[in-house]
Amino acid sequence: MTDVVHRAETRRIEQPSGTVRGDMPWPWFAGGLAGLVAAVLAGMTLGPAAIPASAVLADVASRLPLLDVGTQLSQIDATVLWELRAPRVVLGALVGATLAMAGGAYQAVFHNPLADPYLLGVAAGAGLGATVAIAYAGAGGGLLPVAAFAGAVLAVAAAYGIGRSVGTASRATLVLAGVAVAGFLSAIQTFVLQQNSEDVRAVYSWLLGRLSTSGWSDVVVVLPYVVVSAVTILAYRRVLDVLRVGDEEAESLGVAVNRVRLIVVAAATLGTAAVVAVTGLIGFVGILVPHAIRLLAGASYRIVLPLSALFGAAFLVLADVIARTVLSPAELPIGVVTACVGAPFFAVVLRTTTRGPS
Amino acid sequence: MIRLGTASVRLGGAAVVDGVDLTVESGEWTMLIGRNGAGKTTLMRAVAGLVRYEGSITVEGREVRAVGSRERARTVAMVPQSPQLPADMTVGEYALLGRTPHLGFLGRPGHHDFVAAQDAVESLDLDALAGRRLDALSGGERQRAVLARALAQEAPVLLLDEPTAALDVGRQQEVLELVSSLRSQRNLTVLGAMHDLTLAGQYADRLVLLDSGRVVADGSPDEVLTEERINRHYAASVRVARLGGSPVVLPARHPSLRVPIEETSP
Repeated sequence: MTDVVHRAETRRIEQPSGTVRGDMPWPWFAGGLAGLVAAVLAGMTLGPAAIPASAVLADVASRLPLLDVGTQLSQIDATVLWELRAPRVVLGALVGATLAMAGGAYQAVFHNPLADPYLLGVAAGAGLGATVAIAYAGAGGGLLPVAAFAGAVLAVAAAYGIGRSVGTASRATLVLAGVAVAGFLSAIQTFVLQQNSEDVRAVYSWLLGRLSTSGWSDVVVVLPYVVVSAVTILAYRRVLDVLRVGDEEAESLGVAVNRVRLIVVAAATLGTAAVVAVTGLIGFVGILVPHAIRLLAGASYRIVLPLSALFGAAFLVLADVIARTVLSPAELPIGVVTACVGAPFFAVVLRTTTRGPS
Repeated sequence: MIRLGTASVRLGGAAVVDGVDLTVESGEWTMLIGRNGAGKTTLMRAVAGLVRYEGSITVEGREVRAVGSRERARTVAMVPQSPQLPADMTVGEYALLGRTPHLGFLGRPGHHDFVAAQDAVESLDLDALAGRRLDALSGGERQRAVLARALAQEAPVLLLDEPTAALDVGRQQEVLELVSSLRSQRNLTVLGAMHDLTLAGQYADRLVLLDSGRVVADGSPDEVLTEERINRHYAASVRVARLGGSPVVLPARHPSLRVPIEETSP
């Protein structure tokens, strides 16, 4: 009898009926999934060559096994669809998911709502790498992403090394070391640019961020990093929830805080550096998406991280659709779109939610 | 059991805890007392493995610095002075955080973890509030929630840093009574720090008075709580009365009651 009562009581903590807020709010998950599908469809459909959504769907179906659907697309349309638009949409989804999730992860380990994936110098490092590549190697095709990636990873490694050498790799010392490294690298970048002022335009366009159109190869390049980054961050989502009580209390609960921070920062940096190397600096996604989810769906990282991936992907694919249709055939830099769409949307979310961020 | 052998903690070059020898037996309740900055909190942080120390500190026979953080958290549970409560977490979820050192790598709680968390929540009379957000709790309820989290750790040693700060007198008694009964139910070893000397003397088996990181008095509340000692080491002016056999420390303002304040450093 007592056992039965006990079990019934136990369920009160266990059951999702409002008691355990860390459980995934499935309507939001479904909404994110639907949004992503819609964004992908829009990305595949819209563009200078009009291909109706029904034709896109039929073509997708025709490529699936066991389905006997004939394609209605011409050879050219099919090439546009699968060699230009599809890789771009997929890249956009990967970049959006990675930046949003990395932003959420940085906010978690630094207990800082303003942290974004660029906090420890990824942006400055990648910027310097790209600038050097453009100025001294003529922006040659394959070199730029490699240089940007190396710059980004080295910058964060330097920030981490300096932060640790101070004694403890505490949050404040890490962030300050990141500020120092970023300032230093930006100064060098400015110097290089000033010496090679004819390259300002090329560097500037890279800094603003754009989804490359060089086909599937970019997707293949970033995919391993993005997958490793995402799997690691998601695996730590429960531990990141424990960190919400602060470093010292988390430590007293048995979490090796500095080690967790190192692993999560490394994972987030790897993913961010990979996507930044291919697309340049796309701002705002890493801050905006996790916060919007926190405000709307819940602040547990078991909710924030997976939903950030979904909504980040949908958001960036949509932003890219806007970037290449508004002034068609010219393209807006996608970083401009993420900020222009994101800022007002975020302001509305802030105004309409009563739940404060925590 | 907690045993400190000439344990010292240096923070920024200064010895905040300075060669402390102290043994807290299993099941004993000891309260650290002493003025602000005397080293009470730092001493407890050292026992919890949160700060480097020199000398030796063993908990349940094992040197604290040699034990991994998970293992340590299964032995020592800490109730910090001002815990950070994530606003939108529920009491149930928060208690479940206490299970962290018992969880596997990916940290998914199992049935036993839910049972232990529920037990802790019930022990502190919080069942009705299990689904309540932490930012919707009163001060006393919050303190009970933090105790529930510590209890869910199922550690034999409980550290309480100012468990009654910011509570009204009734809530202070409520929390201390709860600790008292939990201690006997679960045979907990309790080491705490408190500023209210009267309450400390009523609940603890033993008081340890710290001044500038050193132990300057150690014994039963009767032995430790003397006017002369408190006035000296707290730079205070108090009178000690007795109520039901235990010492009551009263601040004395009226000139006729004041005791001249002596030099404070030992």
